Amino acid sequence: MAASDYDVAVVGGGLVGVATAWGLAREGCRVVVLDEGDRAVRASRGNFALVWVQSKGLGLAPYAGWTIRSSNAWAGFAETLKEETGLDVCFQRPGGFHLALSERELEARANNLKRLHNQPGIVDYKTEILDHAQVARMLPDIGPEVAGGSYCPLDGHVNSLRLFRTLHTAINARGVTYLPSHRVENIVKDGAEFRLATAHREIRANRVALAAGNANMHLAPMVGLECPMRPERGQIVVTERLRPFLRHPVVTLRQTDEGTVMIGDSKEERTDPAGLTLGVSATEAERAVRQFPLLANVNVVRTWSAIRVMTRDGFPIYDESESHPGAFTVCCHSGVTLAANHALAIAPMIARGALDKSLVAPFSARRFHVQEAG
Amino acid sequence: MNAVDLASSYDLIVIGGGPAGLAAASLAARAGVSTVLFDENPGVGGQIYRGITSTPVTNRLILGEDYWAGEALANEAEASGAVVVNGATVWSLDPERVVGVSIAGKARLIEARRVIIATGSQERPFPIPGWTLPGVMTAGAAQTVLKAQGLLPDGRTVMAGTGPLMWLLAAQILRAGGKIEAILDTTPRRNFLRASPHLPDFVLSPYFAKGLALLREVKAKVPVRRVSSVAAVGDGKLREVVSDRGRMPADLLLLHQGVVPNVNLALAAGTAHAWNERQLCFQPVLDDHFESSVPGIAVAGDGAGIAGGTAAAERGRIAAIAAVRALKPAAAVPDPQSVRQRLRREEMGRAFLDWLHRPADSFRQPEGDTLACRCEEVTARQVRETADMGCEGPNQMKAFLRCGMGPCQGRLCGLTITELIAAQRKTTPAEVGYYRLRPPVKPITLAELASLPISEAERKAVER
Amino acid sequence: MFKRLAEAGAAVALTVDGKPVRAVSGDTVAAALLAAGIDHCRTTPVTGAPRAPYCLMGICFDCLVTIDGVGSRQACLVPVSEGMKVETQQGKREAGR
Repeated sequence: MAASDYDVAVVGGGLVGVATAWGLAREGCRVVVLDEGDRAVRASRGNFALVWVQSKGLGLAPYAGWTIRSSNAWAGFAETLKEETGLDVCFQRPGGFHLALSERELEARANNLKRLHNQPGIVDYKTEILDHAQVARMLPDIGPEVAGGSYCPLDGHVNSLRLFRTLHTAINARGVTYLPSHRVENIVKDGAEFRLATAHREIRANRVALAAGNANMHLAPMVGLECPMRPERGQIVVTERLRPFLRHPVVTLRQTDEGTVMIGDSKEERTDPAGLTLGVSATEAERAVRQFPLLANVNVVRTWSAIRVMTRDGFPIYDESESHPGAFTVCCHSGVTLAANHALAIAPMIARGALDKSLVAPFSARRFHVQEAG
Repeated sequence: MNAVDLASSYDLIVIGGGPAGLAAASLAARAGVSTVLFDENPGVGGQIYRGITSTPVTNRLILGEDYWAGEALANEAEASGAVVVNGATVWSLDPERVVGVSIAGKARLIEARRVIIATGSQERPFPIPGWTLPGVMTAGAAQTVLKAQGLLPDGRTVMAGTGPLMWLLAAQILRAGGKIEAILDTTPRRNFLRASPHLPDFVLSPYFAKGLALLREVKAKVPVRRVSSVAAVGDGKLREVVSDRGRMPADLLLLHQGVVPNVNLALAAGTAHAWNERQLCFQPVLDDHFESSVPGIAVAGDGAGIAGGTAAAERGRIAAIAAVRALKPAAAVPDPQSVRQRLRREEMGRAFLDWLHRPADSFRQPEGDTLACRCEEVTARQVRETADMGCEGPNQMKAFLRCGMGPCQGRLCGLTITELIAAQRKTTPAEVGYYRLRPPVKPITLAELASLPISEAERKAVER
Repeated sequence: MFKRLAEAGAAVALTVDGKPVRAVSGDTVAAALLAAGIDHCRTTPVTGAPRAPYCLMGICFDCLVTIDGVGSRQACLVPVSEGMKVETQQGKREAGR
């Protein structure tokens, strides 16, 4: 044991990786985070920063409960990070909206929510369907084309780039070794320890947590796990800083604490992170102006495209290897919403050496075989 | 040109109406290639010939013969048949050569078979303490309002920096009857050693005699001090300029430490760039015809690497000849060899000038509370500390500190951030790299973006 | 900070924060502000620090002002016109303006 450099090697320096690393360091583990370089395909730099509950769990009921657990833990998580780093990630939970621009969109939304909440075993939480007038009472600047929307009081948001920086600052302060430009090329188990090959050197650790996003697809089989992914590209439009005008986040439009307005969210089956489909940005802008006409003359200062970390069915994968004991996967799309869970629930499990099946059994990748067999 | 009359496609789109753009558009249009030139400013000329068709400074001695050389280029473009649109902001160029342009608040997409980017240069960031105070501006800015509006610095004016443009502007201000309290020359003394092997070429170049005359003209009237530090001090506006040679009260501080390629549009178009160690900047990787790594997109003028206005025009011609040959092989074009010969002569003295005026590290890599990013007000200390934490590139730095996320889109901080990271992590700017840039490279309104054509698939990517 | 060498163009009347300012045809808004001796044109949305035109070539965005009710216009790129209402911009822009 003592021969290993680290107790745990976390593969991936994005939000999932650093939240897990921070949680492991709090458990007293010696942790190394192995990351790629500046031009890494990195979802953590292109996400939408919602801490979101509504509509989560259609198709896998336990995901709703897992999401609410993290959402409930978020305020304390943010507070702890502030105490450790002095940085405020501006977590707010004012309740959030999904806006419909036609009666047809509103009806589709209502049907989706009905199907979600009719699932057996789903945790009970409130999401209301509101008409135009009801939405306007809470979002006075909506345009006449907004037919209505759904509202969930559990929804919130955060400054996700500051969260990214804060977690890096926090792991640095806790003595976690952070190694950028250490892309992991291969992992082998040698006796009790894992040997991780990188272009620079080999890293040895007793345990491995795979938090490398879509790259988990290639890494997981090296340790007897699987992680089927289907990455997709999302684009975001960002405006200049504005005075506060929007109290609640909308799933496709939110005002950050800094004043900028972020507008999303698109899905394209592309995996080139450098590209940008202008017509997609145009659609996002067009819908944003219909939702909030006062934004028409606001300047766009940036656009982003990023590759979503997306498992094959969209739900998280948490697994431990049977053939390579000590190897874990921590993989999901919603790295912001679930950051509190990764730091406060998953990391302690990895520190103890075993996942708590009562909490995360539904998220094993074994579900894909059950589905295929059925 | 009325913007509504624009076609939806052209053989050639030239972006930028400085010497490179004007020369390129004129040559191509004369060869019968359908050509449109977009320029953001109210009139053509770019920065070097700013206001060439409208300047109120009619005494030709003030701006000098090199400025008035721009008249011929403007006239040539006017007569060439090229469509010239001013007040046209190009905010997007994709590898398929679709150009996004806004004119009078309306955005549109126009296609081209070839594109020549001639967006020129900008002044190198000069991050000293207090460089954001009102009363501090670039030398180029003062020159712009002198040329275009006939505005002359008034009150106590100090200049600080290095490079030919600073001396030229000083001479122009003096000829116009203005006064300069002092010039703080930041040229490091040891630069001469590095430059001296290139002295013979420089002596033979057209810059030599002109440069010497300019220095004599200015030094006869203005006290010049060599300094190794400069700071602007004031509360809400500039009050004094402080250097290692003392303090002096000032109303206006004009800063200059050379120019660097304006890379935003070329980078957003996906063209490859490389670090130029002599000129301390990134510049596009180009072939002999100024063609970039993206087929059909060329970069001419100072945007291709700094060489000055006369060279820019020749580079524009070379790029245009290549475009004409690709688009209309039978058309008559000037002999490219004679153009290249003129270009070589223009480029001759460049190495000496570059090495001589290479700004000191301390003027490029600030310390402490000096702002590295003006828009988001990010300090040098924050950047250095974040680099120490393991942040090894500008894109991660942007995510952590928001540097480069403001409206200038990294133009005033990009090189500083790259150099700070390189210094802190003991590596090279080439290794560190630059910001990833995406359209719009100039802000456009949401309504303008919303007005662009949208395909069914693009709509479906958002509406679910 | 600046004076005019020659009054070449026709006079153009503007207001800046409601006060009359005489500009000259051919001025950009930024040039008119400098000639009128305005000491800053905006305060930043981050710390509220005052800023004035810095580059005058469209790249620094420190000359952002509200022109005829539309915020965040680059004063160095917009030519003056008769009756134009220019306002200095304080901090963050207000949506809808």
